[in-house]
Amino acid sequence: MNIKSPKQGQMRLSDGGRINRKNPVSFRFDGKTFAGFEGDTLASALLANGVHLVGRSFKYHRPRGILTAGYDEPNALVEIGQGNQQAPNIRATEAMLYDGLTAKSQNRWPTLGFDIGAVNSLLGRFFPAGFYYKTFMFPAVFWKNIYEPIIRKAAGLGRAAKDHHDADRYEKTHRHTDVLIVGGGVSGLMAALSAAGSGARVMLVDDANELGGWMLSENNTTIDGKPALNWIKQTVKALEAMSNVTILTRTQCFGYMDHNFLTLAEKVTDHLPQRPDHLPRQRMWKIRAKHVVLAQGNHERPLIFGGNDKPGVMMAGAVRSYINCYAVLPGRRAVIYTNNDDAYKTALLLDDVGVKVAAIVDQRPTPSSVLVSQAMARGMVVHTGHAVLDANGTRHVGTLKIAAINPKTGDVTGQPFYIDADLVAMSGGFTPVVNLHSQARGKITWDDEQVCFRPSDYHEAAICVGACNGVFDLKGAMTDAAVGGAMAAMAAGFTAEAVMTPAVDEPSMVMRPHVLWKMPSDAVKGQEPKAFVDFQNDVTASDIKLAVREGYHSVEHVKRYTTNGMATDQGKLSNINALGILSDQLGKPIPEVGTTTFRYPYTPTTFGAIAGRDIKELFDTERLTRMDAWHRQHGAEFEHVGQWMRAWYYPIDGETMEEAVNREVKKTRTHAGILDASTLGKIDFRGKDAGEFLDRLYTNMFSTLKIGRCRYGLMLKDDGMVMDDGVTTRLGENHYHMTTTTGGAANVLSWMEEWLQTEWPELDVYLTSVTEEWSVTTVSGPNARKILEALGCSVSLTDDAFPFMSYQDANLAGLPVRIFRISFTGELSFEINIKARHGLALWQHLMKAGEPFGLTPYGTEAMHVLRAEKGFIIVGQETDGSVNPHDLGMSWIVSKKKSDFIGKRALERKSMALNNRKQLVGIKTEDPKAIIPEGAHAVLDPHQSYPMEMLGQVTSSYYSPVLGHSVAMALLKGGHAMKGQTVWFPMINGKKPIKAVITDTVFYDPKGDRING
Amino acid sequence: MLLIDCPHCGARDETEFACGGEAHIARPLAENTISDAEFAEYLFWRDNPKGVFLERWCHTAGCRRWFNAARDTVTHEFIEIYAMGSLPKSKAAKDAYASAWRRQTASEKAAKPAQKTSGKGAKS
Repeated sequence: MNIKSPKQGQMRLSDGGRINRKNPVSFRFDGKTFAGFEGDTLASALLANGVHLVGRSFKYHRPRGILTAGYDEPNALVEIGQGNQQAPNIRATEAMLYDGLTAKSQNRWPTLGFDIGAVNSLLGRFFPAGFYYKTFMFPAVFWKNIYEPIIRKAAGLGRAAKDHHDADRYEKTHRHTDVLIVGGGVSGLMAALSAAGSGARVMLVDDANELGGWMLSENNTTIDGKPALNWIKQTVKALEAMSNVTILTRTQCFGYMDHNFLTLAEKVTDHLPQRPDHLPRQRMWKIRAKHVVLAQGNHERPLIFGGNDKPGVMMAGAVRSYINCYAVLPGRRAVIYTNNDDAYKTALLLDDVGVKVAAIVDQRPTPSSVLVSQAMARGMVVHTGHAVLDANGTRHVGTLKIAAINPKTGDVTGQPFYIDADLVAMSGGFTPVVNLHSQARGKITWDDEQVCFRPSDYHEAAICVGACNGVFDLKGAMTDAAVGGAMAAMAAGFTAEAVMTPAVDEPSMVMRPHVLWKMPSDAVKGQEPKAFVDFQNDVTASDIKLAVREGYHSVEHVKRYTTNGMATDQGKLSNINALGILSDQLGKPIPEVGTTTFRYPYTPTTFGAIAGRDIKELFDTERLTRMDAWHRQHGAEFEHVGQWMRAWYYPIDGETMEEAVNREVKKTRTHAGILDASTLGKIDFRGKDAGEFLDRLYTNMFSTLKIGRCRYGLMLKDDGMVMDDGVTTRLGENHYHMTTTTGGAANVLSWMEEWLQTEWPELDVYLTSVTEEWSVTTVSGPNARKILEALGCSVSLTDDAFPFMSYQDANLAGLPVRIFRISFTGELSFEINIKARHGLALWQHLMKAGEPFGLTPYGTEAMHVLRAEKGFIIVGQETDGSVNPHDLGMSWIVSKKKSDFIGKRALERKSMALNNRKQLVGIKTEDPKAIIPEGAHAVLDPHQSYPMEMLGQVTSSYYSPVLGHSVAMALLKGGHAMKGQTVWFPMINGKKPIKAVITDTVFYDPKGDRING
Repeated sequence: MLLIDCPHCGARDETEFACGGEAHIARPLAENTISDAEFAEYLFWRDNPKGVFLERWCHTAGCRRWFNAARDTVTHEFIEIYAMGSLPKSKAAKDAYASAWRRQTASEKAAKPAQKTSGKGAKS
């Protein structure tokens, strides 16, 4: 990057922080170049440059800043990267800075400073909860053309890259582990020490760039008499040295599924300016853990007051992070607004680094603790029993309106006064992160003492420890985690002991927040300033109140009506505040109000990581025949049949598909055609009950089939409907060879295995799929016999020596083959099976030998035309799971002698033989060139009023170049009795209906003379 | 994703398996005449209990063998895995087997060979 190194930001402290000052980097945000350091996040680097305004809100397009310092950030969502590497909705608080990083703000047009959508904010009164439900109702026709485009344009956060070909590589990996620990803070580290000491395989994962969690943001805590950071460093080093411990940083656990299956998203190279080729950008881990330790800590809750979403209003804990981790001052003149002791630590730190603490506003009437005394001793003004009513300022907080309140009711009791500030550090209490615990169907319980939900019962083999378990004091959390880690290892089958908790010195604090769910305000009722509960979804306290007034009392209904707790944020910050307001409005305690479901994923995860390498050509298996290279060399077009790639047609000299198919069909009928039929399913049957089993599978008899003979069979499901068809040949006394449709092979094999294993285990039958053992080439047409003879065939191919529907082992061109004399074209036809590896050689021999006889390769399209001319069905095209053998006019294939076969009992139902069932017929159009679209519906009178009475639908339709007219088959109600009658096929888009007559299904060579050449 | 203990291959991911639905549905024998409605009990009617369910699984991407399992549909706990053709042994699964409505159906009775009521020794 050729940017002249810009000056470091003016809000950066001259020393401290966990940044690498030796490596300054430059980056761009909304087109402007800024400087930062390696180790910064995009958020900390922006704040260092005094940039607070980083986005516009979703609904009202209000200016938004940076609220937190971690993955719980609801506001500072940006687009990072350019071109096809651009990714939307990246939390600036998580994005590690690198040289040349390019980021853009979202939800703004045309610029961040001047945004037209912000008019929504002025019109806010008209965008209340349920606005979309109330506005976009009637008439229904407006939906498609008017409402939906508006909503679609307004909806969604960020934009996907314009170029949809993501240039980055993603990977997936699987891991079994004894103990998985989610969260690498002090609790996670303690749990890891205990668990790893037992010898168990331990994985420790954390979303941040380095382990340590919140302790990295604290400056006044010692462990073992030394700064806490020393203990962290030493512990991480000890864990890293253990071979049974895997540590993953920049890795978020985003899903917790059944039987301790968890999914992690690891950002492998997202933080690097140059991404090495050998590494993926992100890696998804699929973990199966014997026991899980959740040590995810807690989320600090915002306080609800007018303008609490303005840039410059931040979480009190986050302010400490920016100062201690990044040496960045988020402001020059601060007001602390709190309902607990924790924010006093922020006040003291701000004072330490020279930021003026203009006031501490504490909702509690009489707070008393060491921290409060310390703040007062430093001369800070503490307004107890007060609240912030409103924050003013256009693009940044400027002035706060403060007043004394009744701490119980929240009513304003004193004259409001104003204090200027460019930073508000707020703290509304702490919420243990129970999201993953809840995803895993663990139960939570309301803790009235600490004013939060904490885990109670577990559904999976898991344990929550530390703050995540509602233990907020450091010493208690460390002990809880040490015990939890040992318990997890024991549950995984190891002998474990909890490590000793070291001596800890931290300020004694009252973490319990003051409970006041009502928002203090002196405004006229209904004119209260916008106070946000859910920042990401722009849900205000008034929205929740409105929802209650309109009758939404269930927490799940309120969530959907107001959208609180939805989208990527999933209520991380907003959940408890929303429940509190709801409980206040309903006059019910929070446990009775209940909670909403925490859903997967816990944090947004890229589709790239989820897809991994399973994209493009690796999305699905592609199966190729041994002759594939020949088809490609000869210009074949291909089609997918199941996973197989089959040659579709072979255009020559710029032929159209129609021209090529017509030529292939004609040449096969007049001379000879050659088809690669290797994809046909082939199953080898052995065992003394093979014949008996086939009798039960097929509607017709196979146990009486003579050795060396072939028979066509129809297979039904037990409901009497056609499932598959194919030719089965008896190779020996207890040896059969079955062919199935290309697409149905795997299903048929599974189906037969199921019957053998679950219903008739007494039968002695062994099934082997041999589809890929044999290459199959079909030579069809009047010259077929001559071509095989020309190649040198060891057996006589005459009708007497080798009759239709028989099979022989032979040598062809010196190669051992199995020749089946069966036909799917109606022509004289030989299906030659050869050991797969010789398939291409035999094909080439045949092409050479066939040249003088006009042998032409034909693809699957010509195969379809040839079989449709003969009225041969394709299962899955002429049938759809509701078609029985009688419907197909194939009653002849249903044995009356056999006592049982699959489908027999169902086929005996009266309804299966009714004359008004849809029955297979041929269709011949009046205009020989007209080809009816497959799926077209038949009617008797095209001029009848809607809805027309439909007879049925066309299943196959082609142009027959041999006959000079189109041929089609259709399933029509009572069709068998309608032969000779006229039907119409109405067309869409103003096209004229097609007139046609019902015929027999066999269009070509109805007597079947050509089968013998 | 469930972890299923294949009796032949050991514990494997659910994605390797196919669930074959309700177990212990006996196929009526052709020699026994039953009505269409009774045959439909076998063909179409399936149980969908909240709680212990006896079902068939196949390790399709593994050994391809079928087996029976007693699974709690609420907790997803596999209570017992037992061989095809056998009955469960655990109390919960045994109870589920015995209390299933299917045990009383004509279609299930028709799955056993018809009792000869004439011929030798059937004078009464």
